[in-house]
Amino acid sequence: MWQNYLFPATVQEALELLAHHGGQARIIAGGTDLVLQSQRGQCAATVMIDITRIPGLDAIEERDGYITIGCQVTHARIAASPLIRQKAEVLALACGSVGGPQTRNVGTLVGNVVNALPAADGAVALFALEAEVEMVDASGRRWLPIAEMYAGVGECTINPCAQLVTTVRFRPLSDGWASAYQRLANRKALALPILNTAVVVGLEDGVCREVRIAIGPVAPTPFRAREAEAALVGQTPDAEAIVRAARLAADAADPRDSILRGSRDYRKAMVEVLVRRALTEAVTKAMP
Amino acid sequence: MLLKMTLNGEPVSVEIEPDDLLAQVLRDKLGLIGTKIGCGEGECGACTVLVDGVAVTSCIYPAMKAHGRRVETIEGVAKDHELHVIQQAFVDHAAAQCGYCTPGFIMAAKALLDTNSHPTREEIVAGISGNLCRCTGYYQIVEAIEDAARRMG
Repeated sequence: MWQNYLFPATVQEALELLAHHGGQARIIAGGTDLVLQSQRGQCAATVMIDITRIPGLDAIEERDGYITIGCQVTHARIAASPLIRQKAEVLALACGSVGGPQTRNVGTLVGNVVNALPAADGAVALFALEAEVEMVDASGRRWLPIAEMYAGVGECTINPCAQLVTTVRFRPLSDGWASAYQRLANRKALALPILNTAVVVGLEDGVCREVRIAIGPVAPTPFRAREAEAALVGQTPDAEAIVRAARLAADAADPRDSILRGSRDYRKAMVEVLVRRALTEAVTKAMP
Repeated sequence: MLLKMTLNGEPVSVEIEPDDLLAQVLRDKLGLIGTKIGCGEGECGACTVLVDGVAVTSCIYPAMKAHGRRVETIEGVAKDHELHVIQQAFVDHAAAQCGYCTPGFIMAAKALLDTNSHPTREEIVAGISGNLCRCTGYYQIVEAIEDAARRMG
């Protein structure tokens, strides 16, 4: 596997090490995916640059109208965070459903994003929260919408030889807003999702002001069901409207036949069920 | 590379390869073979050890991550030839059959009880949800951990 393991003390030093090793180095945080990729020959890097000891990247905090989560923050910390549970519950639920406790204790949310898998629980929730990601490279720092991180299945637009992600941020859900997470898997723990869906709903005077429905894995990247969302905006979210939206979500979903996850037909049918449940739950919670 | 850590309360320095995983170092370089490697992919929990009190799957945990940290393995759980309460409860409830998964379950249980001394049954089940057992059907294990929590007061 790799021949050197380094602990930079700053983000700047991490970038310098990436540049110095000219494409041979990779950033590692928890390593719960990367170690396996390396063992299977899917990652040829010979130098691991471990960013988990850089000060200042381990916070979950609310500031300037955003909730920010540093790139060292594990799934376990997000699942247990009172701030996230209160103001972005969907993310706490999603992160709490990743792997088992040992995986959640080590694996990070940002790792979930840069691995760019369409089923990644945490990333699906970030799509529903319309998160942004801070990317750092030699030219500076900039915020990118989460969707711009994805090029295809397992393909992140971040250049792993020159760039790194330091932070994720999103708007906290305030009064009148609520979220829900639904997941279908073979077992209740330690199982990859057959399907998952993250929903965020904002109500005003009993009418949907904003609806966001993210679904995985039904496309090469986490998928937003825009038609279903649009069908609910401006509507009273009663059972009938929710069923209609859930059907539109199922129509738009494009899952593959999968030995691991079940047939396309089954999963399309289940998209409707999961989205209906998630919307019902979120709407109920958002009501005053 | 030189890995320095506190292992079961004792300072340890060991020369390792940069890509050694913690389970390999424990078993092959330090002779602590109580930590088992089951799946080797972080799925089964047999290799569970505690790093700074937190349960990790040591078979996919780069050993260098333990540098400067406090590592606890199954060998450090019993004190002065006396079983830890959790170990005794596993014996009393027949919570082990083949025993291969047992060190991992005991470390997962210890991580749980060290931070939550009165867990509910649901919390116990969640706490060991990263560990697989092919023999017991889990009931005796859950009962043992419940009983250990009671005995620890």
